[in-house]
Amino acid sequence: MSAAAIEGKPARVLVYRHSVLVRITHWVNVVCIAFLLMSGMAIFNAHPALYVGQKSTFDAPVLNLGVSYPDAHVIGQPFPSWLTGPARDLPSGRRIHFFFAWLFVINGAVYLIATLLTRHLWRDLLPTRDQLRHIGTTVRHHLRLYFPHEREYNVLQKFVYLAVAFVLLPGIVLAGLGMSPGFDAIFPGLVDFFGGRQTARTVHFICASLVVLFILVHVGLVLLSGVWNNLRSMVTGRYRIDPEENSHVS
Amino acid sequence: MSRDLSRRRFLSGAAAIGGGALLAGCYPTADPDVHTVLKVGEDLTEATQRFFLKPTSLAREFTEADISPKFRANGTRMPDSPEYAALAANDFADWRLEVGGLVENPATYSLADLRAMPSRTQITRHDCVEGWTCIGKWKGVPLAQILNAARLKPEAKFVVFTCADELVKTLDGTGRYYESHGLEDAFHPQTILAYEMNDRPLPIEHGAPLRLRAERMLGYKMPKYIMKVEAVDSLAPFGRGKGGFWEDYADYEWYAGI
Repeated sequence: MSAAAIEGKPARVLVYRHSVLVRITHWVNVVCIAFLLMSGMAIFNAHPALYVGQKSTFDAPVLNLGVSYPDAHVIGQPFPSWLTGPARDLPSGRRIHFFFAWLFVINGAVYLIATLLTRHLWRDLLPTRDQLRHIGTTVRHHLRLYFPHEREYNVLQKFVYLAVAFVLLPGIVLAGLGMSPGFDAIFPGLVDFFGGRQTARTVHFICASLVVLFILVHVGLVLLSGVWNNLRSMVTGRYRIDPEENSHVS
Repeated sequence: MSRDLSRRRFLSGAAAIGGGALLAGCYPTADPDVHTVLKVGEDLTEATQRFFLKPTSLAREFTEADISPKFRANGTRMPDSPEYAALAANDFADWRLEVGGLVENPATYSLADLRAMPSRTQITRHDCVEGWTCIGKWKGVPLAQILNAARLKPEAKFVVFTCADELVKTLDGTGRYYESHGLEDAFHPQTILAYEMNDRPLPIEHGAPLRLRAERMLGYKMPKYIMKVEAVDSLAPFGRGKGGFWEDYADYEWYAGI
């Protein structure tokens, strides 16, 4: 860490920011979510409309991107093949989706359990009192696209990561399970919680859309806040921080 | 006439196979190794659901108020064979259900025979693999009754349903709709051979005179226009060997609990 100072360059301090666990589960997640989104769109293409309730109210969809009324035939597929990727149709989409869904669930379970066991949650994800007090400053920094490089996640990052890891991604799995007739016979409480199978399907779609929104913002901020520094930290774990911020944090 | 028909069948079958091969060649999911890996997902789902599903775990049943005003029909809406047309013209009075295979007591049932047997009525969700759901009321004979009367031999592992509708014309008849279930689902209390829908005789578009209801599965596991029920120890001799028409032709999962 002191190597930079010896070379006489402006102080360049590398800190160990991401544990092996965080890095591995992150990249497994990238692969899973990419395939889940592509295959999910192929599955949606098979009946591109959404409903609320236990059953499909063909006369009153909440979203209709290509289902005729009153026959309820598919007359248009909203997602083109360059978006659905290797999923060419409904059956191949389902095979890809369920394979990566299992990988995603196992990966997510490992991450969540380890997060609780290793204090990743307390140490890295829960905002400190100091951060909460200065949340206004952090918001202003983001609005000016100014991103100080600190050892810790900033408070907005923490909120978003908590929401994604503990609410959005578990939620999308539960909504997906609620659509399964087999699972509904095992545990009917889940589909009832969502208010019916078609509502679960709609929630699944909304959650997937939020995941896409998260990815756009996340990747955008990675690019804006130092793409190589961010990428290195998620590969090797080492993140370069601004020296003054470092002393401030520690 | 029959020569003409078989020529037509051959040509359309050849076209279907050629088209399938062309499509399959372009996508990685058609690669046998990729397919083997992806199938792990289906196997895990089946193992997990079977572990948690008890023989008594029932699908949710609904009330009359929940019934879909318009229940969408899928797959074949009218089988296009002269044999079926003749049966339908006579209100299925000449239709017979054949029960056989690995059983001690093979039997045939007329529609009147089935109607005279103890029945089960259930208002359930029909979940199509495409994603939509309709709710309907079904009345029929529990399949378990039929199978118990037939007395399955110990080596029987599956029950295969052969149907009157042919979705793809082929020379060897593999384009005919069929489906299969393991014994757990065949003997499930909500698995019925339904002859009534929403208090009326089963309409043709929904599979008259007899269709299967297997409520813990997706719609394609509930064949319509059933002609024959067979207990078997292997699915290999049927169709192209994957246990069902859609499994054979489009690579849908045999286990359709999700």
